[in-house]
Amino acid sequence: MIEKDIYSEISSIRDLMERSTKFISLSGLSGILAGVYALIGAFISFKIVYQNNPDPLLYRDHYVNETLILTKLFVVAMTVLVLSLTTGIWLTIRKAKKKNQNFWNTGSRNLLINMAIPLLTGGLFILILLFRGSYEAIAPACLIFYGLALVAGSHYTFTDVKWLGICEILLGLLTALLPGYGLIFWTIGFGLLHILYGTIMHFKYDR
Amino acid sequence: MKISLDQFDKAFENRIRLQIMSVLVANEYYDFNSLKELLEVTDGNLASHLKALEKEEYITVNKTFVGRKPNTQYTASEKGRTAFEKHLKALENLIRQQKQ
Repeated sequence: MIEKDIYSEISSIRDLMERSTKFISLSGLSGILAGVYALIGAFISFKIVYQNNPDPLLYRDHYVNETLILTKLFVVAMTVLVLSLTTGIWLTIRKAKKKNQNFWNTGSRNLLINMAIPLLTGGLFILILLFRGSYEAIAPACLIFYGLALVAGSHYTFTDVKWLGICEILLGLLTALLPGYGLIFWTIGFGLLHILYGTIMHFKYDR
Repeated sequence: MKISLDQFDKAFENRIRLQIMSVLVANEYYDFNSLKELLEVTDGNLASHLKALEKEEYITVNKTFVGRKPNTQYTASEKGRTAFEKHLKALENLIRQQKQ
Protein backbone atom coordinates (compact mmCIF):
# COMPACT_ATOMS: atom_id res chain seq x y z
CA MET A 1 0.00 0.00 0.00
CA ILE A 2 1.30 3.46 -0.86
CA GLU A 3 1.28 6.22 1.74
CA LYS A 4 -1.16 8.29 -0.30
CA ASP A 5 -3.67 5.45 -0.31
CA ILE A 6 -3.58 5.17 3.46
CA TYR A 7 -4.10 8.89 3.84
CA SER A 8 -7.09 8.83 1.50
CA GLU A 9 -8.41 5.78 3.37
CA ILE A 10 -8.14 7.54 6.72
CA SER A 11 -9.65 10.78 5.44
CA SER A 12 -12.53 8.85 3.89
CA ILE A 13 -13.16 7.18 7.27
CA ARG A 14 -13.13 10.54 9.02
CA ASP A 15 -15.41 12.05 6.39
CA LEU A 16 -17.91 9.19 6.70
CA MET A 17 -17.94 9.37 10.49
CA GLU A 18 -18.74 13.05 10.31
CA ARG A 19 -21.26 12.84 7.48
CA SER A 20 -23.08 9.92 9.10
CA THR A 21 -23.57 11.69 12.43
CA LYS A 22 -23.89 15.34 11.51
CA PHE A 23 -26.07 17.34 9.20
CA ILE A 24 -23.72 19.80 7.56
CA SER A 25 -25.91 21.39 4.92
CA LEU A 26 -27.24 24.15 7.16
CA SER A 27 -27.11 27.34 5.18
CA GLY A 28 -25.29 30.35 6.61
CA LEU A 29 -27.29 32.68 4.40
CA SER A 30 -30.52 31.57 6.07
CA GLY A 31 -29.06 32.73 9.40
CA ILE A 32 -28.37 36.17 7.97
CA LEU A 33 -31.88 36.41 6.50
CA ALA A 34 -33.48 35.24 9.78
CA GLY A 35 -31.55 38.03 11.49
CA VAL A 36 -32.76 40.59 8.97
CA TYR A 37 -36.40 39.47 9.41
CA ALA A 38 -35.96 39.74 13.18
CA LEU A 39 -34.57 43.27 12.84
CA ILE A 40 -37.50 44.33 10.67
CA GLY A 41 -39.90 42.67 13.10
CA ALA A 42 -38.19 44.40 16.03
CA PHE A 43 -38.42 47.76 14.27
CA ILE A 44 -42.17 47.32 13.74
CA SER A 45 -42.53 46.19 17.37
CA PHE A 46 -40.66 49.27 18.59
CA LYS A 47 -43.16 51.38 16.65
CA ILE A 48 -46.07 49.48 18.17
CA VAL A 49 -44.82 49.54 21.77
CA TYR A 50 -43.42 53.05 21.83
CA GLN A 51 -46.05 54.81 19.78
CA ASN A 52 -46.84 57.09 22.72
CA ASN A 53 -43.32 57.18 24.08
CA PRO A 54 -40.71 59.04 22.05
CA ASP A 55 -37.60 57.64 23.70
CA PRO A 56 -37.24 53.85 23.24
CA LEU A 57 -34.12 53.64 25.39
CA LEU A 58 -35.98 55.02 28.39
CA TYR A 59 -36.49 52.33 31.01
CA ARG A 60 -40.08 51.27 31.22
CA ASP A 61 -41.46 50.69 34.69
CA HIS A 62 -44.67 49.20 33.33
CA TYR A 63 -45.17 46.17 31.14
CA VAL A 64 -46.99 46.17 27.87
CA ASN A 65 -50.40 44.76 28.68
CA GLU A 66 -52.95 46.26 26.36
CA THR A 67 -54.66 43.52 24.40
CA LEU A 68 -54.46 45.29 21.04
CA ILE A 69 -50.73 45.91 21.35
CA LEU A 70 -50.13 42.34 22.50
CA THR A 71 -52.07 40.93 19.57
CA LYS A 72 -50.07 43.06 17.14
CA LEU A 73 -46.78 41.97 18.71
CA PHE A 74 -47.87 38.34 18.60
CA VAL A 75 -48.67 38.59 14.88
CA VAL A 76 -45.29 40.26 14.18
CA ALA A 77 -43.41 37.59 16.14
CA MET A 78 -45.25 34.76 14.40
CA THR A 79 -44.60 36.28 10.97
CA VAL A 80 -40.88 36.56 11.72
CA LEU A 81 -40.84 32.95 12.97
CA VAL A 82 -42.66 31.51 9.94
CA LEU A 83 -40.59 33.55 7.44
CA SER A 84 -37.31 32.52 9.11
CA LEU A 85 -38.25 28.83 9.19
CA THR A 86 -39.43 28.80 5.57
CA THR A 87 -36.31 30.55 4.31
CA GLY A 88 -34.08 28.37 6.46
CA ILE A 89 -35.63 25.12 5.26
CA TRP A 90 -35.68 26.26 1.63
CA LEU A 91 -32.03 27.41 1.57
CA THR A 92 -30.90 24.29 3.45
CA ILE A 93 -32.64 21.96 0.99
CA ARG A 94 -31.04 23.94 -1.84
CA LYS A 95 -27.59 23.63 -0.30
CA ALA A 96 -28.04 19.90 0.33
CA LYS A 97 -29.08 19.39 -3.30
CA LYS A 98 -26.06 21.34 -4.51
CA LYS A 99 -23.78 19.12 -2.46
CA ASN A 100 -25.65 16.06 -3.73
CA GLN A 101 -26.74 15.12 -0.23
CA ASN A 102 -30.10 13.95 0.86
CA PHE A 103 -31.96 16.55 2.90
CA TRP A 104 -33.71 13.94 5.01
CA ASN A 105 -31.03 11.71 6.55
CA THR A 106 -30.04 10.41 9.96
CA GLY A 107 -28.21 13.65 10.72
CA SER A 108 -31.08 15.99 9.92
CA ARG A 109 -33.55 13.72 11.68
CA ASN A 110 -31.48 13.73 14.87
CA LEU A 111 -30.97 17.48 14.57
CA LEU A 112 -34.71 18.14 14.29
CA ILE A 113 -35.75 15.77 17.08
CA ASN A 114 -33.16 17.14 19.49
CA MET A 115 -34.06 20.74 18.76
CA ALA A 116 -37.80 20.10 18.81
CA ILE A 117 -37.89 19.01 22.46
CA PRO A 118 -36.62 22.28 24.01
CA LEU A 119 -38.34 24.35 21.30
CA LEU A 120 -41.79 22.83 21.81
CA THR A 121 -41.40 22.96 25.58
CA GLY A 122 -40.41 26.62 25.28
CA GLY A 123 -43.27 27.37 22.89
CA LEU A 124 -45.85 25.84 25.21
CA PHE A 125 -44.29 27.54 28.22
CA ILE A 126 -44.49 30.93 26.48
CA LEU A 127 -48.12 30.32 25.52
CA ILE A 128 -48.88 29.51 29.16
CA LEU A 129 -47.10 32.72 30.23
CA LEU A 130 -49.22 34.65 27.71
CA PHE A 131 -52.46 33.18 29.04
CA ARG A 132 -51.47 33.80 32.61
CA GLY A 133 -50.41 37.34 31.84
CA SER A 134 -46.79 36.97 33.01
CA TYR A 135 -45.59 39.09 30.12
CA GLU A 136 -42.23 40.08 31.58
CA ALA A 137 -40.96 36.50 31.39
CA ILE A 138 -41.73 36.02 27.70
CA ALA A 139 -38.69 37.74 26.16
CA PRO A 140 -36.16 35.90 28.36
CA ALA A 141 -38.00 32.58 27.88
CA CYS A 142 -37.82 32.97 24.06
CA LEU A 143 -34.06 33.51 24.18
CA ILE A 144 -33.30 30.87 26.82
CA PHE A 145 -35.32 28.05 25.24
CA TYR A 146 -34.05 28.90 21.76
CA GLY A 147 -30.48 28.83 23.12
CA LEU A 148 -31.09 25.47 24.79
CA ALA A 149 -32.49 24.08 21.53
CA LEU A 150 -29.39 25.23 19.65
CA VAL A 151 -27.05 23.65 22.20
CA ALA A 152 -29.03 20.39 22.06
CA GLY A 153 -29.00 20.37 18.25
CA SER A 154 -25.36 21.35 17.91
CA HIS A 155 -24.20 17.75 18.48
CA TYR A 156 -25.73 16.88 15.12
CA THR A 157 -24.39 19.76 13.05
CA PHE A 158 -21.58 22.33 13.05
CA THR A 159 -20.12 22.89 16.53
CA ASP A 160 -20.42 26.66 15.92
CA VAL A 161 -24.14 26.35 16.59
CA LYS A 162 -23.35 25.54 20.22
CA TRP A 163 -21.67 28.92 20.73
CA LEU A 164 -24.63 30.73 19.21
CA GLY A 165 -26.83 28.78 21.64
CA ILE A 166 -24.73 29.69 24.66
CA CYS A 167 -24.80 33.38 23.67
CA GLU A 168 -28.61 33.22 23.37
CA ILE A 169 -28.91 31.61 26.82
CA LEU A 170 -26.67 34.25 28.46
CA LEU A 171 -28.60 37.00 26.72
CA GLY A 172 -31.86 35.45 27.92
CA LEU A 173 -30.67 35.42 31.53
CA LEU A 174 -29.59 39.05 31.20
CA THR A 175 -33.04 39.88 29.83
CA ALA A 176 -34.60 38.29 32.90
CA LEU A 177 -32.47 40.57 35.07
CA LEU A 178 -33.54 43.69 33.16
CA PRO A 179 -37.19 43.10 32.24
CA GLY A 180 -37.82 46.58 30.85
CA TYR A 181 -35.35 46.05 28.02
CA GLY A 182 -36.88 42.83 26.65
CA LEU A 183 -37.34 44.11 23.13
CA ILE A 184 -33.78 45.42 22.87
CA PHE A 185 -32.29 42.10 24.02
CA TRP A 186 -34.68 40.27 21.74
CA THR A 187 -33.37 42.39 18.85
CA ILE A 188 -29.76 41.60 19.75
CA GLY A 189 -30.44 37.88 20.23
CA PHE A 190 -32.58 37.14 17.21
CA GLY A 191 -31.37 39.93 14.93
CA LEU A 192 -27.73 40.83 15.42
CA LEU A 193 -26.50 37.43 16.69
CA HIS A 194 -28.13 35.63 13.75
CA ILE A 195 -26.56 38.00 11.25
CA LEU A 196 -23.16 37.64 12.91
CA TYR A 197 -23.47 33.85 13.09
CA GLY A 198 -24.80 33.55 9.53
CA THR A 199 -21.95 35.66 8.18
CA ILE A 200 -19.33 33.55 9.97
CA MET A 201 -20.92 30.32 8.75
CA HIS A 202 -21.26 31.61 5.20
CA PHE A 203 -17.58 32.49 4.91
CA LYS A 204 -16.42 29.42 6.80
CA TYR A 205 -18.43 26.69 5.03
CA ASP A 206 -20.52 27.94 2.15
CA ARG A 207 -17.86 29.23 -0.17
CA MET B 1 10.78 -1.61 3.50
CA LYS B 2 9.13 -4.18 5.69
CA ILE B 3 5.56 -3.65 6.66
CA SER B 4 3.74 -5.80 9.12
CA LEU B 5 0.60 -6.60 7.20
CA ASP B 6 -0.46 -9.24 9.69
CA GLN B 7 -2.00 -6.55 11.90
CA PHE B 8 -4.46 -5.61 9.18
CA ASP B 9 -7.86 -7.10 9.60
CA LYS B 10 -8.84 -9.33 6.68
CA ALA B 11 -12.46 -8.30 7.11
CA PHE B 12 -11.53 -4.69 6.45
CA GLU B 13 -9.52 -5.34 3.31
CA ASN B 14 -12.55 -4.34 1.37
CA ARG B 15 -13.07 -0.60 1.35
CA ILE B 16 -16.84 -0.73 1.67
CA ARG B 17 -16.63 -2.97 4.73
CA LEU B 18 -14.28 -0.51 6.37
CA GLN B 19 -16.63 2.32 5.46
CA ILE B 20 -19.64 0.49 6.92
CA MET B 21 -17.68 -0.06 10.12
CA SER B 22 -16.69 3.63 10.36
CA VAL B 23 -20.33 4.65 10.17
CA LEU B 24 -21.45 2.07 12.74
CA VAL B 25 -18.68 2.97 15.18
CA ALA B 26 -19.65 6.65 15.03
CA ASN B 27 -23.37 6.01 15.50
CA GLU B 28 -25.50 4.15 18.00
CA TYR B 29 -27.13 2.31 15.08
CA TYR B 30 -27.73 2.84 11.38
CA ASP B 31 -30.39 1.42 9.09
CA PHE B 32 -29.92 -0.27 5.74
CA ASN B 33 -31.37 2.45 3.53
CA SER B 34 -29.43 5.26 5.19
CA LEU B 35 -26.23 3.26 4.81
CA LYS B 36 -26.98 2.61 1.15
CA GLU B 37 -27.54 6.29 0.52
CA LEU B 38 -24.45 7.40 2.42
CA LEU B 39 -22.06 4.92 0.82
CA GLU B 40 -23.67 5.12 -2.63
CA VAL B 41 -23.68 1.38 -3.20
CA THR B 42 -26.26 -1.04 -4.58
CA ASP B 43 -28.60 -3.12 -2.42
CA GLY B 44 -26.92 -6.41 -3.26
CA ASN B 45 -23.41 -5.09 -2.78
CA LEU B 46 -24.21 -3.60 0.61
CA ALA B 47 -26.11 -6.69 1.75
CA SER B 48 -23.23 -9.03 0.93
CA HIS B 49 -20.71 -6.88 2.81
CA LEU B 50 -23.05 -6.57 5.78
CA LYS B 51 -23.45 -10.34 5.80
CA ALA B 52 -19.68 -10.76 5.83
CA LEU B 53 -19.33 -8.41 8.81
CA GLU B 54 -22.18 -10.17 10.55
CA LYS B 55 -20.43 -13.51 10.03
CA GLU B 56 -17.34 -12.10 11.76
CA GLU B 57 -19.65 -11.00 14.59
CA TYR B 58 -18.46 -7.43 14.11
CA ILE B 59 -22.00 -6.15 13.79
CA THR B 60 -25.37 -7.14 15.13
CA VAL B 61 -28.59 -7.00 13.16
CA ASN B 62 -31.93 -5.90 14.48
CA LYS B 63 -34.93 -6.37 12.22
CA THR B 64 -38.01 -4.31 12.95
CA PHE B 65 -40.98 -3.02 11.05
CA VAL B 66 -41.97 0.59 10.50
CA GLY B 67 -45.62 0.21 9.67
CA ARG B 68 -45.45 -2.61 7.13
CA LYS B 69 -42.02 -1.75 5.78
CA PRO B 70 -39.10 -3.77 7.06
CA ASN B 71 -36.45 -1.65 8.73
CA THR B 72 -33.14 -3.33 9.44
CA GLN B 73 -30.82 -1.67 11.90
CA TYR B 74 -27.16 -2.45 12.32
CA THR B 75 -25.05 -1.92 15.42
CA ALA B 76 -21.30 -2.33 15.86
CA SER B 77 -20.54 -5.05 18.41
CA GLU B 78 -17.83 -4.76 21.05
CA LYS B 79 -15.73 -7.17 19.03
CA GLY B 80 -16.24 -5.07 15.92
CA ARG B 81 -15.25 -1.85 17.68
CA THR B 82 -12.06 -3.40 19.02
CA ALA B 83 -11.18 -4.80 15.59
CA PHE B 84 -11.85 -1.43 13.96
CA GLU B 85 -9.62 0.39 16.45
CA LYS B 86 -6.87 -2.16 15.95
CA HIS B 87 -7.11 -1.72 12.20
CA LEU B 88 -6.84 2.07 12.51
CA LYS B 89 -3.83 1.68 14.82
CA ALA B 90 -2.21 -0.53 12.19
CA LEU B 91 -2.82 2.11 9.52
CA GLU B 92 -1.30 4.75 11.81
CA ASN B 93 1.74 2.60 12.49
CA LEU B 94 2.21 2.07 8.80
CA ILE B 95 2.33 5.81 8.19
CA ARG B 96 4.74 6.28 11.09
CA GLN B 97 7.02 3.55 9.76
CA GLN B 98 7.13 5.09 6.33
CA LYS B 99 8.01 8.48 7.72
CA GLN B 100 11.14 7.15 9.36
